[in-house]
Order: sequence, then C-alpha cells, then structure tokens
Amino acid sequence: METIDALLREVPVFRGLEPAQLELIAGCGSNVHFDQGAVLFREGDAADIFYLVRHGTVALETYVPARGPAMIETLQPGEVVGWSWLFPPYRWHFDARALTDLRATAFDGACLRGKADADPRLGYDLMSRFAQVLIERLQWTRLRLLDLYGHDGD
Amino acid sequence: MATTATETHAAMAPRPFRVARRERETADTWTLELEPVQGDPLQVAPGQFTMLYAFGVGEVPISVSGEPGGPLVHTVRAVGAVTEAICAAGEETILGVRGPMGNAWPLGTGGDVVVVAGGIGLAPLRGVVYDLVRRRDAFGEAALLYGGRTPADLLYRDELERWREPLQVDVTVDAAEPGWEGKVGFVAKLVGSARFDPAAATAFVCGPEIMMRTSAEALLERGVPAERIFVSMERNMQCGVGLCGHCQLGPTLICRDGPVYRWDEVERLMAVREL
Repeated sequence: METIDALLREVPVFRGLEPAQLELIAGCGSNVHFDQGAVLFREGDAADIFYLVRHGTVALETYVPARGPAMIETLQPGEVVGWSWLFPPYRWHFDARALTDLRATAFDGACLRGKADADPRLGYDLMSRFAQVLIERLQWTRLRLLDLYGHDGD
Repeated sequence: MATTATETHAAMAPRPFRVARRERETADTWTLELEPVQGDPLQVAPGQFTMLYAFGVGEVPISVSGEPGGPLVHTVRAVGAVTEAICAAGEETILGVRGPMGNAWPLGTGGDVVVVAGGIGLAPLRGVVYDLVRRRDAFGEAALLYGGRTPADLLYRDELERWREPLQVDVTVDAAEPGWEGKVGFVAKLVGSARFDPAAATAFVCGPEIMMRTSAEALLERGVPAERIFVSMERNMQCGVGLCGHCQLGPTLICRDGPVYRWDEVERLMAVREL
C-alpha cells in the first residue's frame, strides 16, 4: 500500500510542500475504509477530521425537510473532504456519504491545528492550500449556478 | 474560393427530407433520422451542421449527431418556435435541409482522446464517440466526460451505459434529483481525474462557451497543448454559406470556417465581449 507521505506528494492540495512538512501532516493521518452508503460525518457534528479520497466517490449532502437528502456535490480521488476542522466553530456544514466503496486517508484536525500553531510556516501553508480548495469549489459552484444548459431560445 | 451564382442558389434552396424515425431523448429534446424524399443521402461528417427548415416557421442550424457514414441524424432541443416545430414533426413529416455545412472534427488516427461535452453539446460529439468505439483499437485511452443540467436532461442514456465498456465514461450533473447516485459537479472538473496522457491526447469540447473555456483551461492545466484542443463554436448562423455575416466572430465566419476550431485560434476571440 502507498504510504501516506507518498500519497500527499501526489495530491494537488499538498503538492510542493517540503518533505518535512509532509512528514508532519502524514503523522496526523491514518488510512480508512468505508462501505458504500456509509456516512463519514453529519451536518452539525463536531468537525475534528478531514479526508483525502484515495479510491471511490463521496457525496456531500444536506437534508431538506419534506424532500429528504439533497446531493450538493461529489468528490473524487485526490480531493479533500472537509474544511470545517480548520475554522471555528469546527462543525460540519453538510453530511458526507460514501457513494461507492471508499478508501481514504483521515487526518486528525486537532493534531494538525496543534502542529500549525507550533509552526506558523506550516500553518500558513495549510491555510493557503485549503483556501485554494475553497476558491476552486466556489468557482465550480458559481458555474453551476449560471444554469448554463438552460434554454437560450432559437 | 469563388462561388458562382448557381452554386449559391443551390446552397440556399432546402431539399425536402422525410422524418424516418424519431426518438424522445428528454422532456424537450428529440432525435430525428431524416431521409431524402428524392436523390442521394447526404454525406455528413461529425462536427458539421445543416440548416434545418420547418416549413412556414423558420430555419435553424443543427449539428449532425449520427454515425459517420450513416443516415442524417439530428438531435434537437425545443427552445423556440422553430425547434419546437421540428421536435413536434412526426414520422413522414417533410422538413427542409440545406447542407451539410461547416468543417468536421479532426477524427484522430491514434493517441489518447478526451471528449468533453456539456448539455446538448454531446449531440455534435456523438459522431466522434461512435468513431472512437468503432475504431477503439486505433486509440490509447479514450474518455467521454459529460455534464448535464439534471439527470433527466442527460442525452443518449442507453448509449452512455453501452459506451462504458469500451470507453471511460464519466457523467456529472449540475443539480441532482432524488435517487441520483452519480456525480454532481461541473463537467470541467472531471478533466482532472480522467485517465489520459496529456502529451499524447487530443481533446474535443462542445457545450456553452463558458463550459468550453473552463474545460479548455482544465485541459491546458493537465498539459494538453492548445493546438490539440478543438471546440465547436456557435453563433447566429443564418445563410450558412458565408454570405450574410451574422455568424462573424472577429476575422472568421463560423458557418464557413468553423464551427470546429483549434483552441488557440479562438481563445482570444472568445474573450472579447463585443464579439
């Protein structure tokens, strides 16, 4: 199995970090498996973890009263699931469910925040990289809001 | 190349075609197979379009969506008076056809191929997919990345399932419906996880312009050279033969020089708001 260090070197969110930084981050990670349909976390619960998808697909969902769960976005291998561990109040904003059998690496948010507090350079790098993830998700979401495939007329 | 008055007249006169078969794709989209009332069938290539005439209503440019070398097939979405009339045309209805017009997708002879389609943009690329499936051994990796508005708006659903065996087929929707267990997200995002060698890949992209731009940017980021990314442009095409100028995009007339362009030919033009 690929080591967590090796995985981190390949994924966009951590690409370019120094080996010592990757080692620090990897020290907070462990490999996990979820069966298809398993819930990774639920909206409102404490957000003390994030996942890096290795194989499979994760659905972010929210529960709409009278409609049931509504799927908002899906996340694929190489993508991060969860940023709420980095920002107060450290609560999940959505549910996350494994759409397929899922292999991921789980990172302990409290462990990483502690290392970031002790090493501001690592903290800055982590913050800027997760900000990049947020920006990309925001841009993709904005494009979907445009309803580009709607009617234009003859 | 000079065009004679006789040639121009012939190009402007629609030929009568009969609706031989029709199939509903979605709530507002139909696929029609057309056969000529008289004379030889049209020889069309994926990427080309015809001017399709609903007599007494009007004429619109519609891309061909059939098999290369096969009958004339169009997939039409009812979005206005003309396309509503075409979609409502039952079997045996006579429609007018001018064309085929425009250039074709440069179907490859090898390497990896990435097809990125958004919404009704899968229709002009369907012939490319047919060609990939038919000549599968001639290519390396072959990926079809398709994004729709909702699951109910996805075209060719049976074929998408069949294409999963010979091709990488990755489908996503902008908005899920209850029961959807597929992907949700913008189609250009799929480029990042598709299997292909950027240095050996050719990409074909069709959909709304913003979707084509973001897809091209994602392909460029993966390392696909701009000269091997092809897009299909759409403007207000009316005469279809480069006379009226309605489809002008800077120095080019899309009906005559396009609709298929290399990305490096149109990237700058697409950024000009006045065009």
